[in-house]
Parts: sequence; structure tokens; C-alpha cells
Amino acid sequence: MAPKLPPQPPLQHGTTAVADGPAHGHAAPPKGIWRWLITTNHKEIGTLYLIFSLTMFFIGGIFALVVRAELFQPGLQLIEPEFFNQMTTMHGLIMVFAAVMPAFTGLANWMIPLQIGAPDMALPRLNNFSFWLLPVAFTLLLSTLFMPGGGPNFGWTFYAPLSTNYGPPSTTFFILALHIAGISSILGAINIIATILNMRAPGMRLMDMPLFVWTWLVTAFLLIAVMPVLAGVITMMLMDINFGTSFFNAAGGGDPVLFQHLFWFFGHPEVYIMILPAFGIVSAIIPTFARKPLFGYASMVYATAAIALLSFLVWAHHMFVVGLPLVAELFFMYSTMLIAVPTGVKVFNWITTLFRGSISFESPMLFALAFVVLFTIGGFSGLMLAIAPADFQYHDTYFVVAHFHYVLVPGAIFAIMAGVYYWLPKWTGHYPNERLAQWHFWFSVIGVNLTFFPMHFAGLAGMPRRIPDYALQFADFNLLSSIGAFFFGASQLLFVLGVILCVRGGKKAPAKAWEGAVDLEWTVPSPAPLHTFETPPVFHRAST
Amino acid sequence: MDSRDQAQVGVRRTVIRTIAALIGMFAFAFALVPLYDVFCRITGINGKVDATAQSVVHEEVDETRVINVQFITRGSPGLPWRMSAETHQMSVHPGQMAEVDFTFTNNSHSENWGRAVPSVSPSNATPHLRKISCFCFQEQHLQGDERLTIPLVFQLARDLPADINTVTLVYTLYPVEHEIQNASLDSLLNNRFKSDSNNNSNKNEVAGETI
Repeated sequence: MAPKLPPQPPLQHGTTAVADGPAHGHAAPPKGIWRWLITTNHKEIGTLYLIFSLTMFFIGGIFALVVRAELFQPGLQLIEPEFFNQMTTMHGLIMVFAAVMPAFTGLANWMIPLQIGAPDMALPRLNNFSFWLLPVAFTLLLSTLFMPGGGPNFGWTFYAPLSTNYGPPSTTFFILALHIAGISSILGAINIIATILNMRAPGMRLMDMPLFVWTWLVTAFLLIAVMPVLAGVITMMLMDINFGTSFFNAAGGGDPVLFQHLFWFFGHPEVYIMILPAFGIVSAIIPTFARKPLFGYASMVYATAAIALLSFLVWAHHMFVVGLPLVAELFFMYSTMLIAVPTGVKVFNWITTLFRGSISFESPMLFALAFVVLFTIGGFSGLMLAIAPADFQYHDTYFVVAHFHYVLVPGAIFAIMAGVYYWLPKWTGHYPNERLAQWHFWFSVIGVNLTFFPMHFAGLAGMPRRIPDYALQFADFNLLSSIGAFFFGASQLLFVLGVILCVRGGKKAPAKAWEGAVDLEWTVPSPAPLHTFETPPVFHRAST
Repeated sequence: MDSRDQAQVGVRRTVIRTIAALIGMFAFAFALVPLYDVFCRITGINGKVDATAQSVVHEEVDETRVINVQFITRGSPGLPWRMSAETHQMSVHPGQMAEVDFTFTNNSHSENWGRAVPSVSPSNATPHLRKISCFCFQEQHLQGDERLTIPLVFQLARDLPADINTVTLVYTLYPVEHEIQNASLDSLLNNRFKSDSNNNSNKNEVAGETI
């Protein structure tokens, strides 16, 4: 069963001038599982990435529900604190490295060649390799849960020496898994950069590229810059644990604070790696459903680049309480606040695009609009956290948890879902069931806010993060959060149902599935045939 | 086909450049370790103190300022020692020399080596703290059940920034793993005198220098 694949086309209906001739010269793909193991087709690999990511989204989600079940009421009811710590850690690691990042890479694989008029990614075999590293990495990571001493229990930030001197014996496997996942991201990034820089349709300049391509180009550069730093940090951990070095061990002259500097030098750009492609998706969807060109295209590009550059100068705002000197606190406070400027430019551009547009509210648009509103709430709580003296109070409380879940769940995840609903007609040739998608949307919005909004209050009142038990005064907020979490988790089954139904059938979609859509992907038939743009399309610049 | 060949050349160039950048960033991560140390040493902002004795600077004691100096001691798993300061805090004037006794107790029956690693908070007080004598300058060796008292002699410089009213000195004990052979040989040769007077509580060593 591989229904997600676009069937081999007996040449299409409704093909526009730009679409390809018949796929001559391609051997019939091998059958069964072997086909998926050796595929070098960007669409098939994109599909693999998306299915993998969805699977991991549910595994990470189950871990989150274990956490929320334990926090449903004060006291220890269901699980041991040690296992609780493993659940919070694994939830974070899986969601960041196995759900959000591969989902964006999957979308990039599917859409970047289609949006720039390339026949495939620049390095198709490398593409296959990058994907198949992921199941290896995360099988290894998940298997640590069954090892003696359990899986990683030191939080997704794996601060040394908690993870080196005091970590479980399985930490070495955790490091290896992260190394493999990191290599996968790096190879994916190299491929994306090579594709975007060299394989654009003739006549398409960089400043003609759709914003999803632009944001991914910037993201890929961020990956190239910081993934090696992560690799370096975990290599140092590996040596501290196994070879007696003392990079982070104070007893041997090392410095635990150095770990935090190195980690967040990777970690903060990583945050933008998880949100910039989301900006690109939303910048494609809002103009389509507002039936207006995107307002301020150039400023969007510059804002993306500015966010990426600033992301290297703000890392220590995660460390305001380690005892930084006053000058450093001030520098990182102001540089962090500075990021609100390019981000604000983006939000204003989206709103201005909506202004006097003829808006319709199909499911991709609903998710994109919810993204704009809820991501902005996450941005505001981020500004609150950027204030160093205030952060002394907020640090390591549920306020931080509320903040980053607002930017990641209704931020990154909603944008991914918006993108999936937006491009499903292109992938499968069928529109998703709109009624089901709208139910999914409203349940998700209610679930997300019910889960994460009370966490702001719990955090401001002083509830620390990463604890399995809490003081009685936080009971009501936690009750609400837990109910919301189960509601949100269950409603994601509607998403799976919608995707499966859409793959199997539904209203037929034409090549240009949405009235206001303009980019190159809408010039190839729906479903997109396995091979597209074998002769480069002629790119017509939109007249502006 | 021409443009496709061109694209291939371009792809190769891009890949070579990105891989060069990757290797550069990986090396940069490791280069940050010594760079960080150098940066901290120059600016003195991570609270690390020079592990060498400094000489007393005779300067006029600033009677107008009273600085509260706090002492925190911490053990660590793997070393069955207890470390305690004779007082948790004391008041000193900038320029004044002060002395406080620290007691190390080995709660096990076997000999161990340990080291107290210092840290100063706020970190910008570090350059203004002169340690004339400190047990933290070298490793300590304790026989089983031995107790050892060593003074810390320090002086806060007169140019201590005006906004600092409290200076906290934190000492964390860490086990030091010597090759057992060497250690026991060492102790046999050098510490016979001490092991004779073992178990005598409150043995005062001369500023930790003979250890």
C-alpha cells in the first residue's frame, strides 16, 4: 500500500503550457518497499519525510500526554519522577528533531523543486541518504527508553554536567542518535542550498523566488552554521563521559557554563530554523486566499535575513541567571528585543496583505490566520522574557513553557498543517474534506489555547518547569492544561483521517487548485506527476 | 543540455563551499573552548580565580565601606568529605586583610585526594579579590578519618567597584583520581609525619602549603 504517491500519469487533463512532456527515459520504479528504500525522487522522499514526521508527532505527543496525565492533579499518581523526566526530555527531543524539522524538510523536498521549476533536487541520492538516516537515529534514541537506567532524563537541553556526570548510561546512545540526526539535517541543508542556487528556472532571479524558497534558503544556511556546533558540543560530552576529558567538568578545570554558551549558540538559531520556513508557508497562503499579492515582498526577504543574522547574537538570553556580568545582560537583552523589529515587519506585512483583500476562509487560510494571531502572542511573551530583570522571575517557570509552546505549536505546527492542507490537492489530486478540516481546525485552536494559555498564569505564579508534582495552588491551571492537552491530542486524529481520506479520493483538484494561487507549482497538473519540469519552464515575472 | 552541465558545475561548487563552511564551524566549536577561557581570563567574568598566591598589597584600609563576604562550601558525590567554614559570613573593609578557617573532614576510612574549586560571585569582583593563601591552590590529601583545618587569607582591593556590597566565595570539593600507586608512595614518603598524628582533630597546617 503506497497510496500517497501520485500515480504514474497517463498524460494529464488540464495541463498548462508549462507542464512537461511525457516521462520518457525513466525506468519503471521497482515495486513494494524496495522502491521506497532506493527512491531518489524528490516527491517520494518528501512524502517519506512527511509520513515519518507525522508518526513522530504522535509518538512525541503520547509522551506529552503521559506528562500531562501525571500533572492532572497534584501528587504522584501514575509514574515515577525518574520516568517523568525521561518523558519530558523525550517529548522535547522527538518534537524538535524528529517532528518539526523533518516536516519542514519534507515540505522543502516536495515544494522547492516545484516552486523554482527544477526537475528534482540537486543531489537526489544524497537526498535519499539524508532521509533514511532519520529512522535509524530515532529508533536508536527511542530504544534508550528500554535500556537499563532508562533514556535521557536531563531535559532536551541536556545541560552538562547533569547529562555527563549524572546522566544515565544510555547517554552515549543519545549522543550517537543526535549525531546521526544532525548529519541528516546537514546533508538536507546542503542539498537545498545547491538546488536553490543552481537549479532555478531560466529567468528566475533570487528576488523572484517564492518566500517559502527564500525562507528555506536562509534556514539551510542557519543549519550549515549551527549544526556543526551542536555536533561539536555533543562530541565534547562524549569525550567527557567516555574518555576522561574535562570540557564541562569543573573538577578537571572545565566549565559547565561553557556548555550552556555552546549549546545556546546552536540552540537559538535552531529556534529560528523551526520557524522561518513557517513564515514562508504563511506568506504563500495569505496572499492566495486574500487574492492580493504579498505586501512588501522585498522587506519580507530582508526581515528573514535580519532575523537569521540576529539569531547569532542573542544566545545568552537563555542564561540570564547563570551570573552574567551586567554588560552582557544588557547586550543580550537589547539584541533580543531587536529581533522583534524584523518579526514585527513580517506580521505587519501579513496584516497589510489581508487589508481590503477578498478573503475566503478555507482550512489552509484558517490555520495561517491562527498562526499570525497565536504566534504573535508567543512573540509577546518572548519579549517579556527578554527583559533580563523580569526573566529572573520567569526563568525556568511554566511561563517559559507557555511561551515556547505558543511559538512552536500554533506557530510551527499550525503552519505545517496549513501547508499540508494547502498543497494536498497538488500532492494527491484531491481536495481535503473541507468540513473535516474545519472541525480539525476549531478543535485544534481550542485545544491549543486551553492547554497552553493557563501555563502563563501558573508560571507567573511561580510554578517551576520539569517537575512531576506541584504545590496545591497550581492545581486548577494544571487541570485545565491537562484537559486541553488530551482534547488537542485527540483532535489530531481528525488530521490523520483527513489526510488518508484525501489520498484515497475526494473532490478532484485542477492544476491550479486555489483561485488566487500564483507560484510555479500550480502550473503542473494535480496530482503532480512523478517527474515534472524535465524541460525547464519559462518563468514569467509577475507584473508589479 | 548546456545549461544542465552548467548547473552541475554550480552544484559541485556550492557543495564544496558548504562542506568547507561545515568543517570550519565544527572547528570553530572546538576553538571556542580555549577562546572562552582566554576571554574569561582577560575579563575575569566567569568567577574563576587565579590558582596562585598573590602578595599582599599594603594599602590604606577604607573604613567607610563594609563588605559582607559570604562563604559557601559544597561537597560532591564520589568524595566522602565534609568541608565547612568557621563562619558563614564576615564583614571586612576594602584593603583589610582577613583570615577564615576551613575544616576538611574525611568521613571514610580510606585515604583520598580532593580539590576545592573556587568560584566568586558577583564575577566582576574577581579581579579585586587577592588570595594570599588558599587551600584551593593545590590538591588536598586526607588519610582515613583525618580532619584538617586550613586558613584562607585574602584581601579585597580598595578599587572594588562601588556597587558591590556582598562577595560570595563558593568552594566545591571534587575528588581527584591519582594513580593509586603514586599516591600511596607519595604519602608514604612525604606524609609519614602527618599519618603519625592522624585522627587528631583540629590539626592546623601552615596555610595549606605543605600539602
